[in-house]
Amino acid sequence: MKKPLLEFTNKGIYCAAANVYLDPWKPVDKAIITHGHSDHSRWGHKQYITHHTNIPIIKHRLGDINVSGRAYGEIFSINNVKFSFHPAGHIVGSSQIRVEHKGEVWVFTGDYKIEDDSISVPFEPVQCHTFITECTFGLPAFKWIPQQEVMSDINEWWAQNQSEGKTSVLFGYSLGKAQRLIQHLDPSIGKIYTHGAVENMNEVIRTIVDLPTTTLITNQTKKEELSGNIIIAPPSVHGGTWIKKMVPYVTASASGWMAFRGARRRRAIDKGFVLSDHCDWEGLLSAIRETGASKIISTHGYTDIFSRYLREIGYDARTEKTQYEGELSEIETEKGSEVIK
Amino acid sequence: MKRFAHLIKTLDSTNKTNTKVAALASYFENAPDEDKVWTIAILSHRRPPRPVNTTLLRTWASELANIPLWLFEESYHIVGDLAETIALVIPTSTEHSEKSLTQFLQEMIALKKQSEDQKQYYLHENWKTLNYYERFVFTKLITGGFRIGVSQKLMTKALSKAVNIDEDILAYKLMGNWDPNTIPFHDLVIQEKATDFLSKPYPFYLAYAIEDSISDLGNVQDWYVEHKWDGIRAQVIVRENEIFVWSRGEELVTDKYPEFQEFLHVLPNGTVLDGEILPFPDGKIGTFNDLQTRIGRKTVSKALLKKTPVVLKAYDLLEWEGEDIRNHPFSERRALLEDLYQNINHLEPVEGFMNKTPLLLSQKISFTSWDDVAKERERSREVSSEGLMLKRKDAPYLVGRKKGNWWKWKVDPLTIDAVLTYAMRGHGRRSNLFTDYTFGLWNKDKTELVTFAKAYSGLTDAEFKKIDTFIKANTLERFGPVRSVTAELVFEIAFEGIAISKRHKSGIATRFPRILRWRQDKKIDEANTLEDLKALIPNTSSE
Repeated sequence: MKKPLLEFTNKGIYCAAANVYLDPWKPVDKAIITHGHSDHSRWGHKQYITHHTNIPIIKHRLGDINVSGRAYGEIFSINNVKFSFHPAGHIVGSSQIRVEHKGEVWVFTGDYKIEDDSISVPFEPVQCHTFITECTFGLPAFKWIPQQEVMSDINEWWAQNQSEGKTSVLFGYSLGKAQRLIQHLDPSIGKIYTHGAVENMNEVIRTIVDLPTTTLITNQTKKEELSGNIIIAPPSVHGGTWIKKMVPYVTASASGWMAFRGARRRRAIDKGFVLSDHCDWEGLLSAIRETGASKIISTHGYTDIFSRYLREIGYDARTEKTQYEGELSEIETEKGSEVIK
Repeated sequence: MKRFAHLIKTLDSTNKTNTKVAALASYFENAPDEDKVWTIAILSHRRPPRPVNTTLLRTWASELANIPLWLFEESYHIVGDLAETIALVIPTSTEHSEKSLTQFLQEMIALKKQSEDQKQYYLHENWKTLNYYERFVFTKLITGGFRIGVSQKLMTKALSKAVNIDEDILAYKLMGNWDPNTIPFHDLVIQEKATDFLSKPYPFYLAYAIEDSISDLGNVQDWYVEHKWDGIRAQVIVRENEIFVWSRGEELVTDKYPEFQEFLHVLPNGTVLDGEILPFPDGKIGTFNDLQTRIGRKTVSKALLKKTPVVLKAYDLLEWEGEDIRNHPFSERRALLEDLYQNINHLEPVEGFMNKTPLLLSQKISFTSWDDVAKERERSREVSSEGLMLKRKDAPYLVGRKKGNWWKWKVDPLTIDAVLTYAMRGHGRRSNLFTDYTFGLWNKDKTELVTFAKAYSGLTDAEFKKIDTFIKANTLERFGPVRSVTAELVFEIAFEGIAISKRHKSGIATRFPRILRWRQDKKIDEANTLEDLKALIPNTSSE
């Protein structure tokens, strides 16, 4: 039997013909990287290839690495295998990877969403034979409402808290979600303050796109000046001492998981806004349709359920185990996600 | 419905009690009277009976959502709440519904008697016209169980703010038997009428578990000590030649315990007893497992009455000669109760009734030292109690759970080390996490793990998270929502009581099993056997 163009190995997704890995989770010689989240761009590879807007992001996280950049649609060949990056719409600098060899085309999505968030380059469907997709939210219970509506709810919530003399604390992952929120907050309501982890990322992202003005919270920041304003912070600070000095404050989280009441209640967050950088159920299905692919491989999320449904509607679909986490890292704190085996 | 859905959404969007009380109070100030009555009913567990069973709900919801039933079921297991799953998978239309909460509830009452086709039509129409949150609330009203972190106490507090009536008085008014479909708000909440109170029980006084050393309670001679009985807390009311039996869950259970009709012959009108309903097979106190055969049966067969009769173990007298004596010191109430008990036991049996009144007195014991109290506690299992109750002699009978005058001091639970064998996803705030576990103990030759208990509580969120990860990585087989997992993790399981049971595979029933701790230091061959468990069954002495 012919070797598949891409294989799932214990180091990551491997292209034997080119001897490269896509988003590998163990150190390798040559890695092609979809985006800057830590489960996709890991430390320790000898050579990184990624979209050029992703370079400052992964350098910020991984330090002085050997990395080269490519533009969207630019084809680069390795051992006669053609690779190219295409917008994934997930976060700034995120890509899908198209792989072509001997007339066969595979696309690996990394993480993606089809809604235009007007901060990252919007998702573009790419025709292929085999589509390797995430399905973080691959259940019919996930249906996103348009960003504009969610953001107007968030702004309304902020204004309401302000009228009650409270500080709004909005949790979002430092890379991606935080900047998306900041971009769409209404600056006429008040000032946007940030946690250090978010502000560090903002500085990096500002080298790529413009962001509204934000103010870093430091030891010198007085409690009184925060009152009525909004703070963007990573989810991990919830329940810790950092947040204590913001009293009186109201907390909210912006994540796809907030679609479930239980998920919000478990985290003891006052308010949940359903805003995700991944596709919802319909989004996944329409993305798959638009690729024209007949073979679908699900990598992370509700993979078994999603693949079973795809098989029922006529696709040749299967699941492969990977170490990608999807949006989980957006809401779980570091210590919570430790694996015991 | 919009106003009610908005209220539920507000209550559901905050963890702060004050915000909840404010939202409810504002609702009670502004909503139409009939909606207010229904809201009180819903938040005090007085919903109309379920008009449609959940199998049909699932089928019809998956049809409307245009997804296969298995996919709906999988989603439900992950979301962890049926109404929420239905609200999520059904697409939201642009239509609006202006029907009131009362209208919806009246329709649901009528729906129960309608044909399946009519039911399906009704649900589809309403699911389609309600927005997401209204759809969730509507479906919750059908499936029942509004668990949104609003206790009856919290609701009463908010209502008290809105109508400016004392909270304890309101709690009393809202107890008992009233029909939200017919009672006007004014009659239920505002008006005072003596006849309304015929069947009304008093709010139960509840004890906290003792926290510190008992010697901190001061002079032991200020306290009466009783055993803590493991049955159903109940009030028996005799007024105007009628008897009413109320359980602590505010359920009128008179018909379930026909034995108590006997009280009509021995208790004078205007008497309210507080006590514990206990099973009494073979003339001695049985186990809670025995009582299980009586709970849940509306009509009781003669055979069952004979096999498992019940008695009331009385410990307090709340009303005497028609007078509310809750403010009298406990020592006084106790003395009256003891006189009453003495008099009854001197009466001749009445023709055609049980020849003995099913009334026992919960013995009060006086001690001269706390050490003796502690020794008495050690004896609890022998006398079929779960520990001790400490009651201050000069204390009034208060409303609800209050600290200071009453304390419960349970015996330490029995414990055993068991192996995690199956897991299921939890509900509510544990949805999407495997938190509901089944545990097994070894058979004699340690070749097989026999299921003996399920437990859901006792671990921290961080531990649940770790075990959830373990379960996902170590699943052997899936049976719908249940997964069998590699036998590897050992837990110390605590439980309150233990009894032989024919209904359990292991042959043993445990009372209130829960996880005491995760024994990460133990390997599975160090877990206990079923024989070890059996050895814990106490030899009880009869009374």
